[in-house]
Amino acid sequence: MGKLVYIKDVVTLQLDGEGCTGCAMCATVCPRAVFEISHSKARVADRDSCIECGACALNCPAGAVSVRAGVGCATAVINSMLGIKTSGCDCSIDQYELNEKIPAKGGGCC
Amino acid sequence: MNQPFVCGSIETPAGKVPGVESKLNFRDRLGTYKVRWAIGRMRYRIDPGLYALGAPDADSPVLISANFKMSFDLLREALAGRNAWILVLDTDGINVWCAAGKGTFGTDELTRMVESSGLALVVRHRRVIVPQLGAPGISAHEVQKLSGFKVVYGPVRAADLPEFMDSGMKAGPGMRMKTFTTGERLSLVPVEMVHAFKTLLMVLPLVFLLSGFSGHGGFVSNALRFGGFAALGLIMAIAAGCLVTPVLLPWLPGKAFSLKGIWPGITCALLFLSMRNATRSLPAAGWLETAAWPLIIAGVSAYLAMNFTGCSTFTSLSGVKKEMRWAVPAQITAVALGAIFWITSIFV
Repeated sequence: MGKLVYIKDVVTLQLDGEGCTGCAMCATVCPRAVFEISHSKARVADRDSCIECGACALNCPAGAVSVRAGVGCATAVINSMLGIKTSGCDCSIDQYELNEKIPAKGGGCC
Repeated sequence: MNQPFVCGSIETPAGKVPGVESKLNFRDRLGTYKVRWAIGRMRYRIDPGLYALGAPDADSPVLISANFKMSFDLLREALAGRNAWILVLDTDGINVWCAAGKGTFGTDELTRMVESSGLALVVRHRRVIVPQLGAPGISAHEVQKLSGFKVVYGPVRAADLPEFMDSGMKAGPGMRMKTFTTGERLSLVPVEMVHAFKTLLMVLPLVFLLSGFSGHGGFVSNALRFGGFAALGLIMAIAAGCLVTPVLLPWLPGKAFSLKGIWPGITCALLFLSMRNATRSLPAAGWLETAAWPLIIAGVSAYLAMNFTGCSTFTSLSGVKKEMRWAVPAQITAVALGAIFWITSIFV
């Protein structure tokens, strides 16, 4: 079984090639093998596999990666729209969208 | 200290540290099983702080975990026969990946806990091993700046830790990839089923009540006969969305989970209708009822499948939002239309 991939051409991942120092932290933390390091520079090799967890942006010391991080969870989106604060695993979308200043938070939800 | 899985303690320059073993006992395993069935899942937590696994010393590795007991148990079980320190962060009883997404498993909490546990007194080195799936909440360079400890990202799966540590903190092939195997998908099914059945229990009284008006027999007998079948239809919808869809996920056509959930839904609806019409004690379903069930079962199945995005390991928020824009209106329309057809079929 190959890599499972969700809806294509939607993710908000951005890599600034100029700013990249080639430290490879993005490739280390990415659980979806989105990045490749070649010639001491990171490259987005598999964009559609990105789940916007935000680990790369938060761990890039050069600040060369950005992404609108969040949880890919329909239940969390519904709960946020209905204003339900405490149900199931308690994820909410608002926490990311209202706090745009917090650079990157996100992840797979329970 | 006063927790059932703690056995003894170790004296350190930072005070007494509770000791734990890597071997899980019956009580630990029963706890995991119950959580998989959504029993006390949000209360399955341990005290945050430093723990000693085996007999660690000042040079032993430090591993970071969350205070969801299943996370902690998976970690200590993976480290059988080893001595290590485990520093448990306060994540409100949420697992590492989800807590990292919320930021409770985060840079602030890690530096706070390094400080409050007196870790710098307990170990000579300045390195902590953080699970890779904790990275959405942790900024490694910030942690180093704030606490003086270097963050090394361990593998995605705790089970890979021994190999990772033995090869000088190098991740082998596949160790950095989050998979979603059939076994991993199946382990999530019970919780989803329990949640769906809780909602079903709220709908069922109405279903039985309405069914009482079907057919020519007495109210109670109708309620049981027709209502029983309607309940079966809804149970099959839950099975389609919460069991069949997750199991067949990689092979179901479509990228959107709602689309994936439609195929098991339609299959179950056809199966249901053929069972319904093969039952001689009930009159055959009229065209309204025949039209109602595929709409209801496929609609419910698609909705439940869509909610499996949160359990899955490969969906993005941007993608989920794109899917929901068309899927939620379609699901509501299908189920509402199906319900209207079914109720109409009772009274005409």
